[in-house]
Amino acid sequence: MIQLDSIAWRVGAFRLENVSFTVPPGQYAVLMGRTGCGKTTLIEIICGLRTPRSGRVIIGDRDVTHEPPAARGIGYVPQDGALFPTFTVREQIGFALRLRRRPADEIAARVVELANELGVAHLLDRLPQNLSGGERQRVALGRALAAKPSVLLLDEPLSALDEELRDDLAVLLKRVQREHSITALHITHSRAESAALADVVFRLSDGRICEVPAAPGDFDGSESSGASQP
Amino acid sequence: MSARRAWLTPFWIGLALVAGLYLAFLVALIWSTATYTTVAQISESLRAPEIRYSIWLSLITCTASALLALLLAVPVGYLLSRGRFPAKAWLDAALDIPIVLPPMVVGLCLLIFFQTVAGKLIERVVPFTYTVAGVVLAQFVIGAAFAVRTMRGVFDHLSSRPEDVAMTLGCSRGQAVWMVTLPAARRGMFAAFSIAWARSLGEFGPILVFAGATRMKTEVLPTSVFIELSVGRLEAAIAVSLLMVALALVVLVAVRLLGEKL
Repeated sequence: MIQLDSIAWRVGAFRLENVSFTVPPGQYAVLMGRTGCGKTTLIEIICGLRTPRSGRVIIGDRDVTHEPPAARGIGYVPQDGALFPTFTVREQIGFALRLRRRPADEIAARVVELANELGVAHLLDRLPQNLSGGERQRVALGRALAAKPSVLLLDEPLSALDEELRDDLAVLLKRVQREHSITALHITHSRAESAALADVVFRLSDGRICEVPAAPGDFDGSESSGASQP
Repeated sequence: MSARRAWLTPFWIGLALVAGLYLAFLVALIWSTATYTTVAQISESLRAPEIRYSIWLSLITCTASALLALLLAVPVGYLLSRGRFPAKAWLDAALDIPIVLPPMVVGLCLLIFFQTVAGKLIERVVPFTYTVAGVVLAQFVIGAAFAVRTMRGVFDHLSSRPEDVAMTLGCSRGQAVWMVTLPAARRGMFAAFSIAWARSLGEFGPILVFAGATRMKTEVLPTSVFIELSVGRLEAAIAVSLLMVALALVVLVAVRLLGEKL
């Protein structure tokens, strides 16, 4: 579960006021809103990369408002993947486990398992500059999932991809979220993505949030590409 | 119009002429100096024990001061690039003081500082005034300012997003910088080191005032040029100058070539 309780944030003239919402356990939530409305700020507050002026962030049954990002048990996939420039794909995916000082054979097994699941097994020794946009996002997803987080935060992970890749990756995201029983919060301004992925949809507008009905979607990719739900 | 003909306009030809004239002037400067003397005279001058001492002292002190400059430049450059704090603009401007101060004044300031109570206490541990350590310190003061500026630019151009991701994966901020950002900044660190090294090699004013120009003690290559000129040995001054030109060119090429490979 991800719960924001009366979160407030202000920098200059930009402000978020009394933002509250709950993503139930195991659900795929989509947060929509116009560019610059504060969606990324909210996800960074959940990550612990920004500290809210007031309010609480609850992940699972823990109040993590004052905990550092490392202690929150989250997986984070930014818009461009933000892969580590000098790491191979193998090192990227194994990074979180290496930090936790897991045995080398356990790390290797987990890397191969995730690489197979995400379709990047043939790329394990490549550096990020030799990957396509879709491959980068798959690797970023594998890196975020490696330590088995309870929550997955995705900041416009499909926005830089062409339509075909976007559909493929959307199907993959939904499948991975289901198979790992993970609570996901996905930022987008694409109604098609929302329709394809969301169990629950929130809209952020003028610094406030409201829940809107999730449009029925098809996440097997067959009809999602052109679907533009109102 | 072909691509080549598109460049043959008065506008581009004018710009090419300006660049060409400037480059020709630089080449003429080095060429005239190089042809003023003979290879035999250069070789003889560089074999003199004082000059050999000066060469080694320059190489050692420049390397030491550039390493110290890099040690300072990495954290300060990161602070200036990523930090958000009051008076940041003032700190940024203050770090440029060694660049804008006249070099002689930097030397004088160092000399005066080590006459204060704090300075004398430091000198009890490490004597700086008129010593080799003073040469390194004088080189460091100027070289560090250039290295800090370079590292700030390097961190400005590196996205902070991978660092953020590393923190969500279990890193502290320090671990994220050490494991993710610094490896990505290695090319910039090499450039900052090289710039500080090259800058230190040409440093003269502060060294003359603060460390002196004592032969076989605090004599570095620019000091050698000064001493040889002052006693009328033009050939020796030219030989040392050409050596410095060669070293500067090596650094320039190394930064370009190695920088691309790192």
